[in-house]
Amino acid sequence: MNLLIQNYEEACAVILFGIGFTTLLLHRNLLKKVIGFSMTDSAIYLFLAAKGYIAGKRAPILKEGITRAEAYVNPIPAGLVLTGIVVSVSVTALMLALTIRLYRRYHTLDIDEITRQARREEG
Amino acid sequence: MALWQNLPFLLILLPLAASSGMLLLKKDAARRAALTIMGLEAAVSAAFLVCMAGFEGSYTYSMGHFPAPWGNEIRAGKLEAALAFCFAAVMFCSVLGGIRAIERDILPDRRNLYFIMCSLTLSALMAQVFTNDIFTGYVFLEIMTIAACALIAARNTGRALTAATRYMIMNLIGSGLFLLALSLLYGLTGHLLMSPARERIAALAAGGQYRQPLTVVVALTTIALGIKSALFPFHTWVPDAYSFSTPSSSAILSSLVSKGYIVLLLKLYYRVFSPEVLLATGAADVLFAFGAVGAVVGSLLAIRQVEIGRMIAYSSVAQIGYIYMAMGLGTGEGMLAAVFQLMAHTVVKALLFLAAGGLCDASGGHHAFRDLRGSYYRHPAAASAFILGAFSLIGIPFTAGFIVKLTYAQAAAAVGGGRMLILFFVLVAGTLMNAVYFGRTVITLFRARGDEIPGEPRWHGGAGFLVSCAFLAGATGLMGVTSDPVLQLLRRGLETFG
Repeated sequence: MNLLIQNYEEACAVILFGIGFTTLLLHRNLLKKVIGFSMTDSAIYLFLAAKGYIAGKRAPILKEGITRAEAYVNPIPAGLVLTGIVVSVSVTALMLALTIRLYRRYHTLDIDEITRQARREEG
Repeated sequence: MALWQNLPFLLILLPLAASSGMLLLKKDAARRAALTIMGLEAAVSAAFLVCMAGFEGSYTYSMGHFPAPWGNEIRAGKLEAALAFCFAAVMFCSVLGGIRAIERDILPDRRNLYFIMCSLTLSALMAQVFTNDIFTGYVFLEIMTIAACALIAARNTGRALTAATRYMIMNLIGSGLFLLALSLLYGLTGHLLMSPARERIAALAAGGQYRQPLTVVVALTTIALGIKSALFPFHTWVPDAYSFSTPSSSAILSSLVSKGYIVLLLKLYYRVFSPEVLLATGAADVLFAFGAVGAVVGSLLAIRQVEIGRMIAYSSVAQIGYIYMAMGLGTGEGMLAAVFQLMAHTVVKALLFLAAGGLCDASGGHHAFRDLRGSYYRHPAAASAFILGAFSLIGIPFTAGFIVKLTYAQAAAAVGGGRMLILFFVLVAGTLMNAVYFGRTVITLFRARGDEIPGEPRWHGGAGFLVSCAFLAGATGLMGVTSDPVLQLLRRGLETFG
């Protein structure tokens, strides 16, 4: 328990990941699936950002003439998070575009109902 | 560094840059540009293969000249060169062979976007083959997923759209798990380049530290890429995605996109987690078991199908199962068998999907077996191509599939014990089931409907279709007849792959 409280960022990230993952997998509403996916990705970014931060060290920008590498945190995790955000934004846009096209055609967001109607349409 | 060693970078950059440029072109110009780029890509990768065949070992190419623990690297050896040539050539054939169908299935104002997505897929594939950086692998994996989703959705029918949505959902789960594995791995090793990460992991494994996180990382990467490459039981998105898209898309998805993920997984296994770590974590056993079950169940499901596209899709599930099963043997011979099967399946599956598309066209656009009766007489070229592909998957001599079965049997015999028996059982059962469902299809092609007189043979699909079918069929035959040089090249490539 103590371990969980000490690593509360990681614990929080894992809980968020679980919520997002189950929503993405089990929910029938397409919009909620997109939300679940966003949560999953955000949880991973929280995890990465938490791993990349070391208490007492500075952001890796040279200031006040301190050139010792030990005074700064590693910039790579932050860079990874930024790249990851760019990727997830584009994927979210794609998913929303697909959702809009399906909604215009079938007037529902329920993936099972959409599949049923698509089957019927084909005959 | 010799000038030709820049070619892998060019192979990634060329289609990537071209796909941005194609946005400006009109649809006919985009089609010509895409075909030119893909032809060029195949030619360049062939030249690279020739150069690489005369080069000892493998080399790394640091982007921007930053030394090893920093910066981004490309690494190329004989195996990468062979895979790049195989992928580029099959990509060219898949697009060329389905060009008439693309013009029929896809709205005119969307066509240039379709070619852009093909080009992006090719670039992402080349990046998966050549990159030595895990995060670059992740970024291109997402590009490939998005492009592949667009390739499915391009055919503007309700079924294609729902298939694309399901595909995207399953692949997003895979991407999320892969990103999680990647961040855990970075936390464990502090490296994103594969070779330094491997040294850290070897040190951790030797010291017995972080055993559980390491197992979690291996499990997460395997599941993530297993979902994306349609390993049983994560194959649920396959049949819809492959059977409701246009023939070119089906060919690209089943032969190339799924293989790109497998290549990345192979790379992680060889270069990051060494085979010893894999055996110690038990990942190899799990892969073997899932692959074996997938190979049997995929074939069983294929027998039950009444539509040709879905049957080929389930056959893909079985063939992917074979690849994973050989990887799960954990021996050099097993890896060789897996890589040869990967290449053979890339060629044969593209041939089958193109030929099936041609047969359906000749039968009034119907996909069910009852409508395909006697279609040999309506489209002899497509039917002959289909029959050759089917023979290869059954494993009849003088085709690539026969050599696949042979290398599998050799790998199994070298392992011995219970695994050998399981592998032999799966091989025999798989061959029998393949013979049942492909045999049935081939008979259907020749059996004309009772009231119908076999019509005049016609040549559908245009010259592009015939040329690509002929090329793919030739490659299938060539890999079966002169397999020794190919196997030799792959064996030497695998030695320097890790």
